[in-house]
Amino acid sequence: MAHANPTGWKRWVFSTNHKDIGVMYLWFAFIAGMIGFGMSGIIRMELMNPGVNFIPDLFGMTEQQARHMFNVLTTGHGLIMVFFMVMPALIGGFGNYFVPLMIGAPDMAFPRMNNISFWLMPPAFILLLLSTFVEGPVGQNGFGGGWTAYAPLSTTGHPGPSMDLAIFSLHVAGASSIMGAINYITTIFNMRAPGMTIHKMPLFSWSILITAFLLVLSLPVLAGAITMLLTDRNFGTTFFDPAGGGDPILFQHLFWFFGHPEVYIMILPAFGIVSHIVSTFSKKPIFGYLGMAYAMAAIGFIGFVVWAHHMYTVGLDVDTKAYFVAATMVIAVPTGVKIFSWIATMWGGSLRFTVPMLYAIAFILLFTLGGVTGVVLSNAGADVALHDTYYVVAHFHYVLSLGAVFAIFAGLYYWMGKMSGKEYPNFLANVQFWITFIGVNLIFFPQHFLGLQGMPRRYVDYPDAFAQWNWVSSIGYLVTLVGVLLFIVVMGITLSRKKTLGNNQWGEGANTLEWTLSSPPPFHQFNELPEIK
Amino acid sequence: MNVKRLTAGLMAAGAAVFGVTVGAFAQGRVGQPTAGGLWLQEAASEQAQKIGDFNELLMWIITVITIFVFALMFYTMWRFREKANPVPSKVSHNTFIEVVWTVVPIIILVVIGAISLPLLYWQDVVPETDMAINVTGNQWNWTYSYPDYGDIELTANVVQNSAFENANERQAVEAELSNFLGWPAKLNARLLDTDYRLVLPVNTKIKVQLTASDVLHAWTVPAFGVKLDAVPGRLNETWFEAREVGTYYGQCSELCGKDHAYMPIAVEVVSKQDFARWVERQGGTTASLLSPTLGR
Repeated sequence: MAHANPTGWKRWVFSTNHKDIGVMYLWFAFIAGMIGFGMSGIIRMELMNPGVNFIPDLFGMTEQQARHMFNVLTTGHGLIMVFFMVMPALIGGFGNYFVPLMIGAPDMAFPRMNNISFWLMPPAFILLLLSTFVEGPVGQNGFGGGWTAYAPLSTTGHPGPSMDLAIFSLHVAGASSIMGAINYITTIFNMRAPGMTIHKMPLFSWSILITAFLLVLSLPVLAGAITMLLTDRNFGTTFFDPAGGGDPILFQHLFWFFGHPEVYIMILPAFGIVSHIVSTFSKKPIFGYLGMAYAMAAIGFIGFVVWAHHMYTVGLDVDTKAYFVAATMVIAVPTGVKIFSWIATMWGGSLRFTVPMLYAIAFILLFTLGGVTGVVLSNAGADVALHDTYYVVAHFHYVLSLGAVFAIFAGLYYWMGKMSGKEYPNFLANVQFWITFIGVNLIFFPQHFLGLQGMPRRYVDYPDAFAQWNWVSSIGYLVTLVGVLLFIVVMGITLSRKKTLGNNQWGEGANTLEWTLSSPPPFHQFNELPEIK
Repeated sequence: MNVKRLTAGLMAAGAAVFGVTVGAFAQGRVGQPTAGGLWLQEAASEQAQKIGDFNELLMWIITVITIFVFALMFYTMWRFREKANPVPSKVSHNTFIEVVWTVVPIIILVVIGAISLPLLYWQDVVPETDMAINVTGNQWNWTYSYPDYGDIELTANVVQNSAFENANERQAVEAELSNFLGWPAKLNARLLDTDYRLVLPVNTKIKVQLTASDVLHAWTVPAFGVKLDAVPGRLNETWFEAREVGTYYGQCSELCGKDHAYMPIAVEVVSKQDFARWVERQGGTTASLLSPTLGR
């Protein structure tokens, strides 16, 4: 051991330690998640009853201002949850903390790059938050063009500097993610412990490896697309302006070439976490390990060739649509392999229903529900009725809000003891699970009905016929709010406790390398590399 | 949130719990959403009918799959709980079962595809139509014109919410609308009604030629099974044929800025005779109306 462990602010700001950086990512995701969740609260309260009342009351603004404010909130909610909550939590947080531990490495391959990867996130987030305080459309503050930022609403529709700040925010966050991804790929390829072949590597590391490839291949396309937006806005180019020979649809192609892999970027690490939890609490090795690993690789690959299923109504050629229908439906096959393999892992096991296991099981069930509505939406013929309605909102919240976010909860409960050495209060954690589970389903299940009835997305006010289910959905939010507040209480209680846990809190089923270390693990681990037989 | 609104909310809750199950299956008004509705709006065109049938089939398939997965999971959770099965098995491979759960979904998807793709081609390829309309999306209203009938052009704006609260204003709006149509008309729903309506003949294949003047919009009428983006610099085409006389509503379905929720689509479908009368009233050319197929 060459040097003393750093302490105080230097330990965190100058950190090159993968565990400390992982913890910072988790805190960052927590803060951003609370802001994003708060925004969704304002959205749901506004939609609780017909008319535009809540936002004007809350912010003391006119109805006209509130209509734009609503769009700013939906945009902010989307961008924050995707780029500043789910990705930092799953990839930056759990990825940093557990990939080196699981593969038996002392740290990440590029510790200093890891530091800058993290420290680019707060400025990116601040840029995004700042964008809501400067002019977007003429006379209004903030960018309200949706997280997809479709041109021309994001060019001529928002002439003010707000959109430019949002673009910079994504540039910085994207640079952070690309560096993180390079770090993971290098670490996983080069720093596995002796004997740990790629086919013996834990599934969470597999998921992060595939995710990192998706990031490296897709984020530059987003960066290109938003740079083109930037030059269209400020330097007179016309990539997306038909008046100069450009095409608004080009932006959508570029955006979704990034955007579709992005949804797998958010869900693949969740798959990895759920695999470990299911295996641990079934006391069984994962069923069909190779199938599981290559199913993720297949999902990642197919994810790059299905992007235009987000664009069925833009006026694509019918043969193009037919191709994207077929390609999109193929994703259901590897996804099905994963669902059935998880159940098969549990089959014959000795199941313990701890809180992380409850979250993992809920993930499997709710992801199935979100997955099958995805199969409906993949059919361009049926999508005509459902495109841009609440059915889509329900679909992607089932796979992300009840999928990715449940995996984050599951991962936190599973690894909280490992990261802190402290045990969470079991009863309260169970209550927290059930309240959250009921709440989110109450929010999103009725939205299927709204979508089928034709309620479009991103509407600040709706015809009175949509009132009942919107009301139920908003009540669901209030239930979820209790669940989230209880989560803060549970984590607060956990952190205030004494360190009591030994190496392996979960016993027999938990057999990845992180459980061979103390809880929390030493500041530097694996000074002598573990030998994998 | 004040007390009054909360009370109203709680009362609505009672109504929701009670009314939802009753209201959901009750026949809604054609052409607009039904309070508490659970399913697609009633079809008023062959497209909407076919989309509805296909969606119903899909719903059966996914419901069966979901119930199967849930049942399998719940059975596993019960059968292999720690108390019932203290010693876990070590099985982690079974090639047969893995092949089954790969091949069976493929078969299901091939079946879905075999139904889905013909429907897509039928919908998407515009057939020989009887007449065309030009639709332009603007921030935040729709402009309609009738290229086959002279220079009729109209712009439809949302009816302000105040008209649904103030009887006098409502009467004035209805009078203006009736005057425009040439027959009496009533407003139906807040955020769905427009000051003027797109008037179209029944049982006529209509080609919609769609573009936008500023940002993206999407022209949608759920009862017709039609949804298409309006894109600046592009001319998108779709078609439909309304089966029954009536008023049909839709809403802009591509985020277009502040008043995205305030640019609905209202279509008045009338008999061919009434349509001819309306065209004449608007000063359009009706010569083409005399041909048996109405227009080209």
